Amino acid sequence: MDSPTVALHESSHGEHPSYQRHHFVSMAQQKESASFGMWLFLLTEIMFFGGMFTAYLVYRNWYYPAFVAGSHTLSIVLGTTNTGVLITSSFTMAMGVWCAETRRRGGLILSLILTLVLGLAFLGIKSVEYHEKWVQHHVPGLRFDAMTFVHPKAEPGQAAEPPLPLDMAQHTEVYFSLYFAMTGMHALHMIIGMGLLVYMLIQAIRGAYDNGNIAFIENFGLYWHFVDIVWIFLFPLLYLISRHQ
Amino acid sequence: MSAHEEHSSEEQHIVSPKIYVLIATALLLCTALTVAASYLELGPWNAVVALAIAVFKASLVVLFFMHIKYSSKLMKLTVGAGLFTFLTLVGMSMSDYISRAWGSF
Amino acid sequence: MSSIVSLPDQSTARIPKRNYLTNENGILSWLLTGDHKRIAILYLISITFFFFIGGALAGLIRLELLTPQSDLMAADTYNKVFSMHGIVMIFLFLVPSVPATLGNFLIPIMVGAKDLAFPKINLLSWYLYMIGGCLTLWAMITGGVDTGWTFTTPLSTHYVNTNVVTTGLAIFIAGFASIFTGLNFIVTIHRMRAPGMTWFKLPLFVWSNYAASILMVLGTPVLAIALVLVVLERTIGIGVFDPTKGGDPLLFQHLFWFYSHPAVYIMILPGMGVISEVISTFSRKRVFGYSAVAFSSVAIAVFGFFVWEHHMFIMGVSNYSTLVFSLLTMLVAVPSAIKIFNWAFTLYKGSITFETPMLYAFGFMGLFTIGGLTGVFLGSSGTDIHLTETYFIVAHFHFVMVGGMLMAFLAGIHFWWPKLTGRMYPEKISQLAAVVTFIGFNFTFFPQFLLGMLGMPRRYAAYPPEFQVLNVFSTAGATILGVGYLLPILYLIWSLKYGKVAGNNPWQATGLEWQIQSPPLTENFIEIPVVTQDAYDYEWLERQKEREVTQVG
Ligand code: HEM
Ligand SMILES: [Cu+2]
Repeated sequence: MDSPTVALHESSHGEHPSYQRHHFVSMAQQKESASFGMWLFLLTEIMFFGGMFTAYLVYRNWYYPAFVAGSHTLSIVLGTTNTGVLITSSFTMAMGVWCAETRRRGGLILSLILTLVLGLAFLGIKSVEYHEKWVQHHVPGLRFDAMTFVHPKAEPGQAAEPPLPLDMAQHTEVYFSLYFAMTGMHALHMIIGMGLLVYMLIQAIRGAYDNGNIAFIENFGLYWHFVDIVWIFLFPLLYLISRHQ
Repeated sequence: MSAHEEHSSEEQHIVSPKIYVLIATALLLCTALTVAASYLELGPWNAVVALAIAVFKASLVVLFFMHIKYSSKLMKLTVGAGLFTFLTLVGMSMSDYISRAWGSF
Repeated sequence: MSSIVSLPDQSTARIPKRNYLTNENGILSWLLTGDHKRIAILYLISITFFFFIGGALAGLIRLELLTPQSDLMAADTYNKVFSMHGIVMIFLFLVPSVPATLGNFLIPIMVGAKDLAFPKINLLSWYLYMIGGCLTLWAMITGGVDTGWTFTTPLSTHYVNTNVVTTGLAIFIAGFASIFTGLNFIVTIHRMRAPGMTWFKLPLFVWSNYAASILMVLGTPVLAIALVLVVLERTIGIGVFDPTKGGDPLLFQHLFWFYSHPAVYIMILPGMGVISEVISTFSRKRVFGYSAVAFSSVAIAVFGFFVWEHHMFIMGVSNYSTLVFSLLTMLVAVPSAIKIFNWAFTLYKGSITFETPMLYAFGFMGLFTIGGLTGVFLGSSGTDIHLTETYFIVAHFHFVMVGGMLMAFLAGIHFWWPKLTGRMYPEKISQLAAVVTFIGFNFTFFPQFLLGMLGMPRRYAAYPPEFQVLNVFSTAGATILGVGYLLPILYLIWSLKYGKVAGNNPWQATGLEWQIQSPPLTENFIEIPVVTQDAYDYEWLERQKEREVTQVG
C-alpha cells in the first residue's frame, strides 16, 4: 500500500557505502547519530562519576585534615607518572583516529598498540600503588588501620607527618573509601577500554577499517579521552591536597 | 581538510596531528604546573588553582582531542547540558551541607 | 454515544499479509530482532508480566491491612512484600511502561524514520531489562529485601540481612536498560526526522518522550552510583555512607532522590504525551497551545532536577535548603498545571466522543490533578512535617502513578492497539473496564488521604483499630481495581484473534503512524514521507481523504 500522506522522496544520494545501515538515509546521518549517541553515553558517565565527586566534596570539607593526611600517603611520583602516561595514551589514541580518518593502516595499528601499552603501563603502576595501600593497611573495610595516622612514622629521608587526633585519623577511612571507589571505577573503565582496544587492533590488522568505516574507532576515541578527563580531575583531587604542609 | 573527498563531502573535519602534538604538550606542561603549584603555600587558593588547571586541561581535551571545537552546535549544547546537570548535582547537594551548620531559625 | 470509529467493511477487510508480525517467523526472529516494533512487543509482554507480579504483591498488602493486627503475615514478611511491590512496580513496570513499549513502537514512525537510531542497543536494552527483572525475582524468591524501594541507608547497609546486594545490582542493570532507551530516543528525535518534520510539527507524544529521555540519560547514572556504593559498603565495608566511619547516610538520599524525583517525571511525562494524542483525536481539535504543552514537557524535565530534597525535609537536612527546595517544588507544579489547562481548553467546544482511550484520559486528568495538587501540599515544608511518612504520601503518589500513569498507559494501549495488532478491541466491555478502574481506584486510594491526615503511618503491617473502617474501604476498592485490570488483559488477548479488522486509521487521527498500514511493515514506510502538515491538522486529513476518493474514483 501507499499512504496518501507520503509524497515521494527521491532517494538519490548516489551510491551508499556497504556499511551504511538500511534505516539511515545517508552516511552523514549515520555518522552524526553514532557520535551523538556516544556523547550522550558520556553524559551518563559524567553523572555516574558526578555522584562520587559530590561525596568527595562533602567529606573533604568535613574532614580536611584526614584528607590531607590520606593524600600524603600517595606517591606523588607514581601519580604524576601515571598522569603523564594517560595523557600520552590519549594523544596516541587521537593519532589513531587521525590515521583511521586518513586511511593509514600501519599508523593506526601502531597507534593502537601504543595506546594499549600505555594503558597497561597505567594499570601496572596503579596496581603497584594499590599493593602499597594493602601493605600499609589503608584499604577501607578489608584491611584498615587508622593508627598510622595517630602515630605517624617518619619515612627515610623525610620528616614525619603531623599526627592526627584519633577521631580525625579514623576519618581517613572515608578518604580511602573514596580513593578506591573513584580510582577503582576509573580503572574499571580502563580495563573495558583495553578490551575494546584489543578488538580494534585485531580488526585493524585484518584491514576492517580500510574502507572508511571507522565510526567505532572515532567513538572509542571519545570514550578513551573521557576516561583521561576523569583522571585529570582525580589526580589533583586525590594526590595533590596541600602537598606543601 | 582531508584529501579523501568522500569525507569532506560529509563535513568531516580532520584535526591535523600538529594540533594534537601541541595539545598533548600543553597537557603535560599543565600537569607539571599543577604538581608544582601544590607545593606552594597558597592557603585556600591551592584548591582553586588545582581545579582551574584541571578544568583548563579537560577543556583542551574536550575541544581538540574530542573535536568539540569543530562540531555542530548540538554537540556543544550536549556537552553543556552534561556540565550543567553535573553542577546542579554538586551545587544543590552542597547547598544542604554548607548551611547545615547555620543553625535553625 | 456518538463515535468516530471508522472501520473498513468487515466482510472484505483483511489484515495486510506482509507486516512486521508476519515478516519473519520463529522464536529467534523475535529474540534477535532489531525491529523497534518487535522489541516494543517484547517489552510489552515483559512489563505486563511484572505488572501482575507487582499487582499480586499489592493484593497481599491490602489483604494484610484488612485487619489492624498483622495476622496474614509476620511484620517482616510484610516489609518484604511492600518493598518488592514498590521495586517491581517502579523500576520494572512504570519506568519502562510507556516509553519502552508505545514509545519504542511509535517514535520512529511519528518522526518518519525506519527504525530507532541504534536497533542493536534497543535490543540490548530489553535484555538488560530482563536480566534486571529476573535478578529481582531471584532476590525475591531467595529471601526478599525489606528496605522499601528507597534502599535508605543506614538501614540498607547495616541493619537488614536481606538480599540488598542482589536487588541493588538488579536495579543497576535495569537502570542501564532505561538509559539506553532514552539515549536511543534522543538521537532518533534529533537526527532521524523525515524531511519537513520540524520540531514544531512533532506530535506532543514525541516531545514528552524526549523530555523523559533527557531525565533517563542524566538521572539514572546517579542512581547507579548510589547503588554501587551501597553494594560496596555491604560487601567490603567501605565507608562512604557509614556514620560509624564518618560517612553521611543522608548523602545516599541526596544521590538517590537526585534520580528518583526526576524518575517520577520519567514515569509521568510519556503518559502526558499519550493524553495529548488521545484528547486531540477524540475532540477533533488541535491541542490548544501546542508549543506551551511542548515546552512544558521540557520545563518539567529541567525543573525536575531542582527539587529532589523535598523527599528529605524531615531527615535532617538544613532548614535553609529546605526553604529553597520547598519554593522550587512549587515551581515544578506550574508546567504540570499548564498541561492540564491546555487539555481542558482543547476539550472546550471540541466534538468530543467517548471511546475507551478517551475515558481513560478523562480519568487521568481528574486523578492526576488531585495527585499533583496534593504534591504541592507535600512540597510545602510546613504541611509536609505532618503528612510525610503517612498514608497521605501513599495516596499522593498512587494518584499520580496509578491514577495518572497507569490510566495513561491503558489509554495508550487501547488507542494504539489497532496499530499494534491490526485489530480492534471490543468497545463496550473496554469502556466498562475503564469505568470500573476509575471507580475502584477512587475507592482504594481516596480513603488513604484521610488515613494520612489522621496520622496512620505508612509501611507498617499493624495499625490502631480506629483506622480499620477506611482500610476496609481501601481493600474493597483494590478488589474492584483488580477486576478493572484483569478485564483488559482478557479481552485484549481475545481480540488478537477475534477482534474486528481495524484498517489503517480507525480513529481518523492525524499522526503519521495512522497513515500507514496496520500492523505496519517492518520498514514502516515504503518511501520516507515528506511532511508538510502540522501535527493535529484535521482539515489536512479531510483533504487527504477527498483526494484519495477522487483518485480512486
Ligand atoms: C505535580 C507536582 C508534584 C509535586 C509538587 C510532588 C511533590 C511531592 C513531595 C513533596 C513528595 C515528598 C513527600 C514526603 O516524602 O514527605 C512527594 C512524594 C512522592 N511523589 Fe510526588 N509530586 C508531584 C508529582 C508526582 C508525580 C507525577 C509522581 C509520579 C508519577 C510522583 C510520585 C511520588 C512518589 C513515588 C513519592 C513518594 C516517594 C517515597 O517516599 O516513597 N509525584 N511528591
Ligand atoms: Cu519528588
